[in-house]
Amino acid sequence: MTWNWSELPHVVNMYHPQFITSLIFAAIATLIDLVISFPIAYWIAFYGGRKKNFFLIMLLVPFFVSFIIRTLVWEFILSNNGIVLTFLKHNHLAPSNFHILGTGLAVIAGLAYNYLPFTALPLYVALERIDRRVLNAAYDLYANRRVAFMRVILPLTIPGIFAAFLLTFIPAFGDYVNQEILGGTSNTMIGTVIQNLFLIDSDYAGGASLSVVLLLISLLGIWLYARLLGSRTIEEYL
Amino acid sequence: MSTIPTNDTSTVSEPELRRPRHFGRFLLPTYSWLVIAYLVFPIVVMVIYSFNRVISGLQLVSFAWNGFTFQWYRQWSNIPGLTSAFWLTLRLAIVSTLIATVLGTLLAIALVRYRPPKFRGKGGIEQILFLNIAAPEIVMGASLLGLFVTFNVARGFLTLVLAHVMFSIAYVTVTVRARLAGFDLSLEEAAYDLGANAVSTFRLVTLPLIMPGVLAGALMAFALSIDDFVTSNFVSGSSVPFPVWVYGASRVGTPPQVFVFGTVIFMVGIVFAVLSLGLSKKKA
Repeated sequence: MTWNWSELPHVVNMYHPQFITSLIFAAIATLIDLVISFPIAYWIAFYGGRKKNFFLIMLLVPFFVSFIIRTLVWEFILSNNGIVLTFLKHNHLAPSNFHILGTGLAVIAGLAYNYLPFTALPLYVALERIDRRVLNAAYDLYANRRVAFMRVILPLTIPGIFAAFLLTFIPAFGDYVNQEILGGTSNTMIGTVIQNLFLIDSDYAGGASLSVVLLLISLLGIWLYARLLGSRTIEEYL
Repeated sequence: MSTIPTNDTSTVSEPELRRPRHFGRFLLPTYSWLVIAYLVFPIVVMVIYSFNRVISGLQLVSFAWNGFTFQWYRQWSNIPGLTSAFWLTLRLAIVSTLIATVLGTLLAIALVRYRPPKFRGKGGIEQILFLNIAAPEIVMGASLLGLFVTFNVARGFLTLVLAHVMFSIAYVTVTVRARLAGFDLSLEEAAYDLGANAVSTFRLVTLPLIMPGVLAGALMAFALSIDDFVTSNFVSGSSVPFPVWVYGASRVGTPPQVFVFGTVIFMVGIVFAVLSLGLSKKKA
């Protein structure tokens, strides 16, 4: 074995469209997850009361079904004569030739569904940790609900939001199952490329180089986290 | 639900929010239940369609509702590949959970108890553990495949066990370490004072105290192993675990038995979760 540095720039150059696609899909799915899960995490943390554990299990419910089966069921639901499209077309909410499967939309929907618990749980941990007395102090000082939310709750949750972003974005970025099952042959993501290089083309050097790039991008995110938000490790949110 | 008032100490340390007005009382709960419905929706679809009759010649799931049947539950083992993949996954999960739990627990104890002069490379190990959890799974799968190919290890049950132990250890260690954080070392010293040796101190004092953490870590390792597709797909070779089989079959057409297995695994998982919730409540 000899060192050969040329493989890395070569594959990055060759597959950069797939990197961009993965970046965009994972980022959109993660943002959707943040928007969807913030209110429910907030509700469970502040108003969950004695039923907190029950609601947390409900958030984790997708994990009780195999990842592959979950994604297959979404393929089933989003198919051309599946529930969603039949409903939309029946009510003339979508043109009759509209389809979701095989598009980026389906991949994003699948990523958003499969990784939602990864977003919701760190957000819940961050919100749960906020000292209620600080919030009551804000109210005592005549903050209204909006001001208290913007100037107390949100700043205190920022490490959690960033952790949730990373814990969702990193696995979504490397995911290839959603793309392969829901995305068809278009919109190839980098995970699919790595998988094909390893398992179909037996191009281990190329596949390994792309994996290293993927790992470096993930590490960059974690490094930024540590840099910007200090010593509090992201591990607290796992 | 227990009604003993002493259970409710949370209100003392954490005063409830004062103004759960309209927003907290109506909008948020409605929204939250909608999100939960969204999370549960595909599972409901899976359960319902495991009871769907199939009328065409090929016995594959189809979207048309053809009537209710128990046929697929009666013929759950009719597809040899699927059944053997399931048993393989179960064996794999049990073996890798046992190994990962032992190794991960020992690692957690070492990490909590010893510091650099005695334990060189502690920081490095912690970084690796974290990386193991945070890195995209495909990177793990790809690296393992590269490793096995380089060392010429034939892919099969052995490589699957190695891979599953590898990705489970970090989770077990993190879980057990969290439990150890509140561990009172003077309890062990008391045991030594009373004449216990290292082995019986561990067996009679340390292990029972960290047992809830060990069990939680083991459950997590088991769940990860049962569900793993990405890593397994890279290292499975000729022995095919359940998720890899299902994925392969689905590219041609999914037999209804897949939904039967999914439904049964789901039910068993929920029963376990509820039981462990009940247990932790009783202990608290």
